[in-house]
Parts: sequence; C-alpha cells; structure tokens
Amino acid sequence: MEPVGISHFMAVGAIMFVCGVVSMATKRNALGVLMGVELVLNGANVNFVALSSKFLTTAPGRSLGLDGQFIALFVIVLAAAEAAVALAITLNFYNNHSTVDVDRADELKG
Amino acid sequence: MNWHTFFFLLFSLLACGFAVMVVLSSNIVRMALYLVFSLGATAGLFFLAGADFVGAMQLMIYVGGTLVLLVFGVMLTAQGPFISMKTRGGDWILAALVSGSLLALLIPASFSIREWTNAPAEAESAELAESAEPGAQPDTATRLGMGLLGVRVDKLAGAPKELQPGMSGYLLPFEIVSVHLLVVLVGAAYLARTKRRATS
Repeated sequence: MEPVGISHFMAVGAIMFVCGVVSMATKRNALGVLMGVELVLNGANVNFVALSSKFLTTAPGRSLGLDGQFIALFVIVLAAAEAAVALAITLNFYNNHSTVDVDRADELKG
Repeated sequence: MNWHTFFFLLFSLLACGFAVMVVLSSNIVRMALYLVFSLGATAGLFFLAGADFVGAMQLMIYVGGTLVLLVFGVMLTAQGPFISMKTRGGDWILAALVSGSLLALLIPASFSIREWTNAPAEAESAELAESAEPGAQPDTATRLGMGLLGVRVDKLAGAPKELQPGMSGYLLPFEIVSVHLLVVLVGAAYLARTKRRATS
C-alpha cells in the first residue's frame, strides 16, 4: 500500500464534487439542490487543504502553505452566507407557491 | 498500513459513501442526515492533512450551523407529498452519463502529476513532524489569526525587508467577507420575513 499523497485527497474531492453536481442537476427539491452546492464547495475545500498540507508531499517547500487554509476558511464562510440567502429565497418561494419543487419555478420561462 | 492510511481510508470512505447516498436518496430529511455524516468525515480528512483549525471550523460552522439552517428549511417547507420528490428516469441516465465522464476526467487528472502521487514515506514524514521545533507545530490558529489581521508570521523569515510589514496578509478579504456576511444576514432576514402584514 503506497503512502497517502495529495492525489488520494484530490480523488476524494473529485468524488464529492461529482456527487454535488449530480445532486444539483437531478434533485427536484430546492433544498436538495442547496445540499449539492454544499457538497461541491466541500470537494473544493478538500483540494485546498490537501495542497496546503506539508505532510503529504515530498517537496514541502512547494506546497501552498497556509494560503490554502485561508482560502478554505473563506470558502466555509461564503458557503454559510450562501446557504442563508438560498434558504431565505426557498422560504419565500414556498410562501408564494406552497411547494419547493424547482420545476414549478417557471414564471420567467420565455 | 499505518494509522495515517487507515484513518484516511476510513474518513474518505465515509465522506464519499455518504455523499453518494445524498445523491441516491429521495427523502429530504435523510439527505440532510447523510450530508451531516459526509461533512463530519470531511472534517476528519482536514485533521489528517494537518489543518486542525480549518477542521474545527468545518465542524462548528458547517455541521453545527449550516446544516441546522438546512434542517430548519426542511422542517419549514416539507409537507407530506412534497417530502420526497422523485427524479424522472431519463434524468438519472443523463446524470449517470455526466457524472461518469466527469469522474473519468477528474480522477486520472488527480493522479497524473507525479509530484502529487509520491507521498513522503512513513519514516520521512515522522522525521518532518519531529524536525519542527517544539511548540511551533500546533499553533496553526495563531498563524491563521495573525494572517487574517494582515501579518503573515509564517512567511516573515526569508522575505525581503521592505515587504515584511503587512506581507500578503488577508486583512482586506477578511473585512470584505465580514461586511458581506452582515449584508447577507440582513438580506436573508428581509427576504424570509412573513408577508402577513402586507396582505392583511
């Protein structure tokens, strides 16, 4: 068994990203779409943290260093803000249509 | 197989497995539960990569805050027939196609760079952990906090003298993101308020 490197973390991030994309594309519940967005952001965060780690690479001088962790923190904060706004929009939509099915949100359809 | 590999396999299997179950489940409450497990296992991966502060923030903000928000959203909007909305069969086929091609692109790409695949051997990594001076290793939170205030204490050594004050700190993004958070919370409270007074 080879030791765990950045590539293994990136594979995990890729799987989480793809799961998020599929969840965004297929879910009809607006909250399911929101959960897909959270999964995508988490996959990106896994990549950032893996690239910033100095325990996973043979060239520690060339890792991202603390910058990757800073970016991961900002991504977490922005994801929290995005969840708050998206939830408010969903609640508003539910008040108007009494459903959260995204297929019913077609008033702007040309 | 050492403990690092064991815990990496454990946390990555948990994270990926529950992420897949989020996709496959059609019950919104169960999706929220699986998402909690997946994000918690991701926090374990962060701890394994040496990012202790980011892992703790992941547990506190994501699992503790955002997921509570999502569960509240589920409780406020879910009604009997709408609690599980089935995806149509054609959508599943398209989704499998897109996800398969995306995975076939991303996974070989992540293993294609040689610098990323050859991890330090076990002895070398232990040597790296030992070589850090005592007391300098677990202060990631201090360095991150100083960096958010604009001083990169981890990069001061070896930097040119005139660049050292305020060297590529994150003070401006920190201020922007705090104002952004305030605006977002005010906007969310405005958007989600009840409309009863306006109508009656």
